[in-house]
Amino acid sequence: MTESLYERIGGEPAVEAAVDLFYRKVLHDTTTAPFFFHTDMDAQRAKQKSFLTMVFGGPNEYTGKDLRTAHAQLVKDGLNDSHFDAVAGHLQATLEELGVAADTVSEVMAIAGSTRDDVLNR
Amino acid sequence: MTTSSTDNTLPPETPAARVRYGDKIVRCAPGETVLEGLLRAGAEIPYSCRNGTCMTCISRAVRGTVPAEAQKGIKDTLRGQDYFLSCICKPTEDLEIAPPEDADLFGRAAVTAVDHLSKNICRVRLTSATPLYYHAGQFLNLRRDDGLTRSYSLASVPSLEPYLEIHVKRLPGGQMSNWIYDDLQPGVSIDIQGPSGGCFYFPGNKAQPMLLIGNGSGLAPLIGIARDALKDGHTGPIHLYHGTQFSGGLYLDDTLRQMDADHGNFFYNACLSRGEDAECCHGRAEDIALADHTDLSDWRVFLCGYPPMVRDAQRRAFLAGAALADIYIDAFELRDLRTEPRE
Ligand code: HEM
Repeated sequence: MTESLYERIGGEPAVEAAVDLFYRKVLHDTTTAPFFFHTDMDAQRAKQKSFLTMVFGGPNEYTGKDLRTAHAQLVKDGLNDSHFDAVAGHLQATLEELGVAADTVSEVMAIAGSTRDDVLNR
Repeated sequence: MTTSSTDNTLPPETPAARVRYGDKIVRCAPGETVLEGLLRAGAEIPYSCRNGTCMTCISRAVRGTVPAEAQKGIKDTLRGQDYFLSCICKPTEDLEIAPPEDADLFGRAAVTAVDHLSKNICRVRLTSATPLYYHAGQFLNLRRDDGLTRSYSLASVPSLEPYLEIHVKRLPGGQMSNWIYDDLQPGVSIDIQGPSGGCFYFPGNKAQPMLLIGNGSGLAPLIGIARDALKDGHTGPIHLYHGTQFSGGLYLDDTLRQMDADHGNFFYNACLSRGEDAECCHGRAEDIALADHTDLSDWRVFLCGYPPMVRDAQRRAFLAGAALADIYIDAFELRDLRTEPRE
């Protein structure tokens, strides 16, 4: 059997390495940061780990319906395609910064992209 | 209440773990905590922070196994007796739980000194009846004989002094803090629970620069942490910023200036947000500290005191490059521990 994407990317240690880098980018970006302000940072970091595990193709318990529920209030507050694209951009930049191979980055971005309609509740 | 009541506030088709507590059986939906389930069903259980910090809602599983996360931060001896925190316990199987045994949690301590260091801060020293293993910066819960309970952070360093030291700031309307400031006398004994909390100095990485920011009695854990690090031979610079409104609130100014003079790697900055003083910086401690240190990559950061300051500085320190795991926080919002459930 070939290694899964999650294994190739480095599993949980890779998620650990990526989470601060990614979260910092999201908070530095004034268009995406406000969505992350109200929650406490440690809880938020745990959610960022869930996000990364999911797009790295790792074990996760989320369904499309959960993604809809998790983002429903955010969509009411104005979450739209431009925010989605910004987060996707931060994700890609994080992976490149960590030296992840280009075709692996594309696989991750494809998973992330496939969640767009659920995240944006369409 | 004498009969056992089963909660039917959840629709019967929702899959749920059942939790028995006294005469109540509560059904917790997936993802719901034991505390949430109990409160929904009107059970009386003390709690405060709801995020696994303050230990107020600690309970014992007498039947069934709780998920490991629910025992986060609990002392080994209590963990071995199946203690867990109901506010972070999402049950995966049926449980029967009970309130804690008082003797498991509380010990006695005698007050040995009460020194009034400013017009609203006093320093209390205590001696525990049984040895207490703790780190400077962790906190204790103090319980008055009528049950009133509050948390205070430890300024003492176990390897440097035999007593426990806390700093109590008198709060407007604060029942415990005013009692301690006005009435507590050496010789009195009080119940203590703890230590708890993860805001302390981990030995190792001795060259790492450290940034310590606190306001008011948030200085208590910070001075403990700084002295612990120095005692441990920390070689990296340790920058401590203490913020108050007026210079009267700089309640350990002399001690800290002396530490600064004695140690080449300890730097004290007194910050006044409203008063004027030639020897102080003017502005909020976190603003001054974060302007002085703009790149915090690979720094260890400690933030203690007023919760909005702690949260804001946590985000700013993270954005300035500190890893989230290297930012230790002690927000004093959890101090108002209830002995009665909130409505
Ligand atoms: C690339 C697509 C995305 C995926 C796969 C994704 C995935 C997730 C997951 C798994 C969670 C955790 C849910 C939970 O455990 O409660 C979450 C929460 C969250 N997401 Fe996303 N997300 C995406 C895009 C976005 C975007 C574009 C934003 C805003 C700019 C956003 C903002 C948030 C926030 C604020 C939360 C926390 C909500 C809360 O605190 O309950 N997400 N996301």
